Formats: sequence, structure tokens, C-alpha cells
Amino acid sequence: MNAALLVILFFLGLCIWLGLQARKGKEMNMEQWSVGGRGFGSLLMFFLLAGEMFTTYTFLGASGGAYRSGMPPALYAFNCFYFVIAYWLLPPVWKYAKENKVLSQSDFYEKKYNSQALGILVAIISVVAVIPYLVMQLKGLGIIVSEASYGSISPHMAIVVAVIAVTIYVTVSGMHGAAWTAIIKDILILAVMVFMGFYFPFHYYGGIGPMFEAIDTAKTGFLLFPEQGLSISWFVSATIMTALAFYMFPHMMAGIFSAKSGKSLRINAGIMPIYQVIIVFSLIIGFSGVLQVPDLNGPDTDLALFKMAKLSFDPWFVGVIGAAGAMAALIPSSLVLTAVSTILSKNIYKAWKPNTTDQELAKLAKRFVPVIALVTLFFTFNGGESILTLYLMSYSFMVQLFPALFFSLWKRNPVTVQGAFAGMIVGSIIVIYSTITEMSLATLFPSFPNVIKDLDLGLAVLIINIAVTLGVSVVTKKSAARVDDDTTISNLV
Amino acid sequence: MKKVVFLLTLIPALGSLFVINRVEPYVLGLPFVLFWAICWVGLTSMFLIIANKLDPANKEEEEL
Repeated sequence: MNAALLVILFFLGLCIWLGLQARKGKEMNMEQWSVGGRGFGSLLMFFLLAGEMFTTYTFLGASGGAYRSGMPPALYAFNCFYFVIAYWLLPPVWKYAKENKVLSQSDFYEKKYNSQALGILVAIISVVAVIPYLVMQLKGLGIIVSEASYGSISPHMAIVVAVIAVTIYVTVSGMHGAAWTAIIKDILILAVMVFMGFYFPFHYYGGIGPMFEAIDTAKTGFLLFPEQGLSISWFVSATIMTALAFYMFPHMMAGIFSAKSGKSLRINAGIMPIYQVIIVFSLIIGFSGVLQVPDLNGPDTDLALFKMAKLSFDPWFVGVIGAAGAMAALIPSSLVLTAVSTILSKNIYKAWKPNTTDQELAKLAKRFVPVIALVTLFFTFNGGESILTLYLMSYSFMVQLFPALFFSLWKRNPVTVQGAFAGMIVGSIIVIYSTITEMSLATLFPSFPNVIKDLDLGLAVLIINIAVTLGVSVVTKKSAARVDDDTTISNLV
Repeated sequence: MKKVVFLLTLIPALGSLFVINRVEPYVLGLPFVLFWAICWVGLTSMFLIIANKLDPANKEEEEL
């Protein structure tokens, strides 16, 4: 037991305690549990959505990416395109959700398209997409805690303890727990990141400018986008893909639904970019490691931040960093768990047994929490993928839900239920196939120019998805018009 | 007007990097491409807040 470990345990305890406190004075019905009673104002929303943004990916992935490949992943980590999408997309989604008492992201599709089957398909795709996301968080957490404890806790042990902790407070407090712990976590991460972001360059290089100049001299081109591979066309396409997928995640949708008004979402979209500044510090930390701890390879590059911290600080402060990192994994995981359990009970179980009461559903949703946690544990211990692979896999799945949502917000929705089905299924199948076979546009079309080869596959699949969605819709719309009179079409699907 | 502000927010995501992909000159110690991206973090925020001020949807909600 060392100082670092004690600090981490203290913060873990604080998280659980806060999570348990958050439920006081509230009757935990389904709406309170899954979307916080839809009463979160701008400020709490800000912390909540930010809590979902800053995950282990930001903490380890951004610094590790900068360390490993220089500028391209660094800039990718703090693109603001999310919020531009958020500004326009979220208020209408929120409005519809409020008017129609929508609780989960699959509800949204189910009600918009008036098709329970579509709701179920969306639910299944989300659950599948969310598993790699959770696995990514847990893997990151395992690395963080085991590093911060100087190896006295194995990653597996850390993951198991974290899963138990998160299961407890999600079960008890749902969305409320996450919102309040998110605030603590954000303050801690901000303090730690800003401090290290200034300390490392000044301590080791005599300033931020001298640091970048030293890197540029030592590794020419490291601070630029290369001609191929992680080129500008990769950057643009991956940026668009992740931004479109970002708000499709069930936990992001649940976050949106817990807003008080469309205006609080718009303000939120406006102030969120400022939050991205934290990532700049994460990048500087990563860059500072390039010449100081140059021997990390492969997946170990994600450890750049911790190697630097351990090189420079006392164990207790490494513990504080570890605690911040652990929370960066715990909060998003708890939000994801809440959202997925809601979906499983409300959209899948209820479809199977329609006369389940809301109280039973609320209980059931809580029982799904440990089940999903266990499934995730299984995959965490049995899969060998890197954090970035998991991240892109999860996003490529999620983005397949975008076309049906986007078109459904039009005044006259050009997409039919069949179209939405076809698009999602075709998109998801291609994503699964390409993930298994490690296909990319470069392996498919080796002779194409780099501008095309480097495009993100998720975005390419999205375009196919849109084409299929619209194509099938045009065909089915004609036949739907023919049988419109006896309205059998809505009964058929 | 709202649309103009919106289009401005697309500059950093779409294509400006083809021109900006350079290390020199350093601004505040940051390579230019990094400085440019950080600038857009602030500018995106500003443009979205302006767009929000101009947005007629806010008035509609208050009336509801």
C-alpha cells in the first residue's frame, strides 16, 4: 500500500459516496433514473456532457497519440466539429423527445418511425457498439490504476474493483450519480492537466516554444500532417465521422434528454469548445514525452503521460493523476451503463413482454447493470485490441444510426421504415466485416490516390448507408402510397 | 446571418488545413498548425454563441 494507491482509493470512495448522496430526496422512478427527471439546466448539462467527452481516450489517447504519431492524432483529439453538429441537431431531437416522452435513443427511432421493430434494431446496434466503448474505458482504467499504484495492483484487479464500484452507484443513483461525480472529476482533471501541461515543457525544455523547436529539429515532419497515412484527408473524414456518430450513442442521447430546454443545449454547444482547451494540455504532455521517454512502442505509447509523471513527481501526486484518470473512465462508463440498461429493459424486454409495468421496468433496468458489466469484463479480459481500434470500431457502428435520425427531423421525412432498416443493417454488416478482416480503403483500392485511400472507412460506409436508405425508401414509398388507404403498412412493420 | 455564422464554423473542419499545414511561424511557442487549431476552438465557441443570440428558436421557446 503506497501513497498513490491511498489517494486513488480516497477519490474512488468519494465518487461512490457522492453517487449515493445524489439520490436523496428523489423518488427513483424510471424517468429520474435514466434521464434525471429531464431537469438539468445549462450548468449541470455542461458538466454532464463534458463528462461524457473527456474519457480515458482524452486522458491517455490524446497524449499517447501526440507522443506516437505527432500532429495528426493531436489535432483530431480536439476538433470542435462535434459542437457545430450539436448546435443544430440536438434541440430538435430534444424537443421531439420532450413532447413524446422519449426516454432512450431507441424510443426516439421507435416513435419517429412508428415501428417497434426499428426500435429493437437500434437497441441491438447500440448495445453492440457500446461494448467496445466500455471495454476501451475499462482497459484504460486498468492501465491508469496499475501504473499509478507502481504495479502493486494488477490491471485486472483494478478493473474488477472499478466495475463493482460503478455497478453500485449506477444501480442506486442512475443519471443523478453521474452528474455530480462528473463535476468533481472535471475539476480534478483540469487542475492536473494544466499543471503538467506547463510543468513538463518548462522543466525539461525551458518552455513550450523551445520544446516544439527541439522536437521539430529531432524529428522533421513530426509536427505536420504527412502526405499519406494520417493525412489531411484522413483528418477531415475521421473528424466528420466521429462528430456525426458522437451524439448517436445511447448515453449521449440520454444526456440530451435530461436537458431542461433546447436553449440550454444550444448554450452548451457554444461553451463546450472552451472545454477542449484541456486537451491542448494533454497534447503538450504527450509531446513533452517524445524526447524524454523515447523508448515506448506499440500499445505502450498510451503510457507516455504516466511515464512522464512517474519520472517527475512524488508518488502521492502520481496518485492524484491516477485518480483523475480513473474517474475519466468511471463517469462515462456509468453513463453508458445507465443508458444501455434503460434500452435493454425498455426497448428489448418490453417489446418481448408488452404488459410489463413501468415499475417493473425500472427494477429490471437496474438488474441489467451488473449483467452488462460482466459481459464487458469478459471482453476486456479476452480481447487484445488497442484503445484506438476499439474507439473507431464503436464510432463506426454508431454512425450507422445517423441517416435515419437526420432525415426524420425533416419536415417531410423522405425515409421509410424499410429504408431505415436496410441502411442500418447494410452499414452495420460492412462495419463488422471490415473490422474482422481489417479492411480499409487502402487495401480495397491500392491504386487510388492517397486523398481517397486515407479516407476514414466509417465515413465511406456511412455514404453507402445513406444511398441504401434513400434508395429503399424511394422504392417502398411508391408501394406504400398504393396501399395507403387501408393503412396496413404500419401494421406490417 | 445565422447561416453565415454557421458556415464560418465549418472552416477548421473542412479543408483549411491544406493551406495551414506548417510549423513556422511559431505563435506563443506553438507550431502554427497547432496554434491555428486552438484558435478555432475559441472561434467556434464564439460563433456558436453569436448564432445562439441570433437564433429565433429561443424566442419561440420562451413563448411556449
